[in-house]
Amino acid sequence: MTTTIARRGTKRPPVPGTPVAMNGAALVAHAMRQVRPDVVAAYPITPQTVITETFSEFVANGRVHTEFVPVESEHAAMSACIGAACAGARVQTATSGPGLALMWEVLGIASGLRLPIVMHLCTRALSAPIDILCDHSDAMAMRETGWVMLVGENVQEAYDNAIMAVKIAEDPRVSLPVANLLDGFVVTHCMERAELLPDDAVTEFVGEYSPTHPLLDLQHPVTVGALDFHDYYMEHRRQQEEGMANAKQAVEHAAREFASLFGRSYGLLDTYQLEDAEVAMVVIGSAAGTLRMVVDGLRREGVRAGLLRVRCLRPFPSQEVANALKGVQRIGVLDRSLALGAAGEPLWSDVVAALATHGAGHPVTGWVYGVGGRNTPPGQFRQAFLALLDPATQPGRAGYLGLRERR
Amino acid sequence: MEPKVWQEMPPGGIILEAGSSRGVETGSWRVSRPVVDWPRCVHCMICWAFCPDSAFLVQEMKLVDVDLDHCKGCGICAVECPRQCIAMATETDVAAAA
Repeated sequence: MTTTIARRGTKRPPVPGTPVAMNGAALVAHAMRQVRPDVVAAYPITPQTVITETFSEFVANGRVHTEFVPVESEHAAMSACIGAACAGARVQTATSGPGLALMWEVLGIASGLRLPIVMHLCTRALSAPIDILCDHSDAMAMRETGWVMLVGENVQEAYDNAIMAVKIAEDPRVSLPVANLLDGFVVTHCMERAELLPDDAVTEFVGEYSPTHPLLDLQHPVTVGALDFHDYYMEHRRQQEEGMANAKQAVEHAAREFASLFGRSYGLLDTYQLEDAEVAMVVIGSAAGTLRMVVDGLRREGVRAGLLRVRCLRPFPSQEVANALKGVQRIGVLDRSLALGAAGEPLWSDVVAALATHGAGHPVTGWVYGVGGRNTPPGQFRQAFLALLDPATQPGRAGYLGLRERR
Repeated sequence: MEPKVWQEMPPGGIILEAGSSRGVETGSWRVSRPVVDWPRCVHCMICWAFCPDSAFLVQEMKLVDVDLDHCKGCGICAVECPRQCIAMATETDVAAAA
């Protein structure tokens, strides 16, 4: 199985990077500069602003020759991206929480027109009450819009995903927009040691984009966005699902190529101590770092604990998740958002469906943590692990970590 | 023509054939139509340039007719005509007169 962080003793890769101390947003802006998009249309919103600011500085200083469109809203940002992508451009944007919500109408147009736009999504809670801090409510609300969704854990992975996302989106068998999720503030604003790859190596890795049917190809004129109706819409939807199915291989293919050049290897999933685990948590995003520490502590006490981090949220790797959890007796899922009124939280629902379809149908218990940026210390994750070991704990919604409530 | 299966359709709903709307009557839901007072028309081509559906037909640099298969009756031509020789008539009135 794959690991996220280059371990000590890893062989020096063919193309070594330069160590930098940088926050995730700034490093993602560097990735944008290195993949050289033709057009970037973006609107600043906390905590994404650093990406737009940093990238627009690169444009102003002539470090990248991108047409930067400072738009009046996120709806306009995604619309401008769609127009540019239809014309045949390599296009990127970035947003957060309410900005993503304002884009919602056009998110489906980007995917429906099969445009390989890459969007860096700095996850943020949705209003009201107003909150600028991290949770996954924004991302979970976009799951059905037809975007491939990669979820990074730390600064390095946000940068690496930003580069691989271009290759995945532009793979002609996929031809879908890709969202690169990084946790707001936790990853966007925290400075970490990371490796910045050489400009030319990244440019070469993503290659030249050759669009299939660009509007600017005057020798082969096409109509984009025509009326579909009941006689064709269903078939076009089915085509999108095929692109999604192909995206799974494209994610793995891009990761293999990335690993062979740059030394860091990724997969659809990232597992930790899962091989012999009797109890395991499933999670996405930056909380995985804390959870590894909790797993280590439990292992020292003789509890066979493990962790499964899902890197590719859409397409959801159902078969792979079920295989990874095959031997685990007690499974917990940690969601950083609420699915109000639903059968269960978003990640929990996907895991339960995956196990019911491909697995042994072990009970799956779900917890909500970190909503609205609430800090979750290791002790709370540890309590969830211990609750999983308790035979009295029922499958389904177990509750909330770190919620103040009357007992 | 038998509609295509999903595997054979171009992706994203794009249409690869140029000018395919020639084969589709896009003006069928029109409520009113332009009626041109041809003797007063000076063939300035302003209606032709403004028409969003290319519904003004031209032969030898002269406007000759309105393509009612594609005119959707928006009325832009009637507003823009500098000679004010285009009037909009409702389809109900046209049908009653016929």
